[in-house]
Amino acid sequence: MKTAFVTGGSRGIGKSIALDLGKKFHVVVGYSVSNEKAKEVSDEILNNGGSSSTVQINISESESVDKAFSSIEKEHTSVDVLVNNAGITKDNILPRMKEDEWLEVIQTNLTGSFYTSQRAIKLMMKNKWGRIVFISSVVGISGNQGQANYAASKAGLIGLSKSISKEMGSRNITSNVVAPGYIETDMTSFLDDQNKENIIEQLSIKRIGKPEDISNIVSFLCSDESEYITGQVIPVDGGLTT
Amino acid sequence: METNEVFEKVKGLFVEDLGIDESKVTMEAKLEEDLEIDSLGIVEVVMAFEDEFEIEIDDEELSDVSTVGQAVSLLHSKI
Repeated sequence: MKTAFVTGGSRGIGKSIALDLGKKFHVVVGYSVSNEKAKEVSDEILNNGGSSSTVQINISESESVDKAFSSIEKEHTSVDVLVNNAGITKDNILPRMKEDEWLEVIQTNLTGSFYTSQRAIKLMMKNKWGRIVFISSVVGISGNQGQANYAASKAGLIGLSKSISKEMGSRNITSNVVAPGYIETDMTSFLDDQNKENIIEQLSIKRIGKPEDISNIVSFLCSDESEYITGQVIPVDGGLTT
Repeated sequence: METNEVFEKVKGLFVEDLGIDESKVTMEAKLEEDLEIDSLGIVEVVMAFEDEFEIEIDDEELSDVSTVGQAVSLLHSKI
């Protein structure tokens, strides 16, 4: 059974991705803080007849990434699918943004995905098969007020993914970006009903997205059937960007 | 380790990891022209060498390596 590693897999979009990939892969649920939540996701995969484990990883620190990958390799020998989902926000309007707010978001969202992808690719090259999916955001394509750091980090993932797709295509390793719009998760829980109505007005599909809207396409991009799709950016946003 | 032992190990990696015809792997063989290893293939070979011999190879050290023999002498000098 192939192994899929989902960073930030204990809640929100990552949880939905982990559960869905659990139908086909051994899923390693990566978590930074709450083992309890990650364990719940892992248990749900087991209850559904799948195979799963958890690993602690702080993607912003290369030592932590090395440690997590070493433990996965020890148990499962490989990582065949990597979903770079973990990310943070530290929103502020640019004139007020502190250097720390900028650096932390870039370090975690962009550099963290560099660490994980580099480790995973070395394993995928040996197997001559691999799937990498980056969870970016429509703000990485369109920008957003108050999110210069987050938008820059998410745009950076697009360049990273496209470069990987060109370097690794000859080894049957694909790399793609999924760019969610407004999805109902903890990260968007600050939106009140009025905010939501305003958002829905801009959409072609008149509802806020669900985590499953994202995990459906991620599962496809991690399958054998998607082998001719690489270096792409797929917005899943109800038609916000057209 | 003797030079010919290093050569045998190198040959093994080429044959097993990259599926190259054993008879083509000679000390004189050019990596790109004769063995048809692309740039990513060179990286794979280097990573395999590093694992096998437990050494680290800098990118600068690779710039002079274009034949199997040159790879063998680089590795021989490091172990």
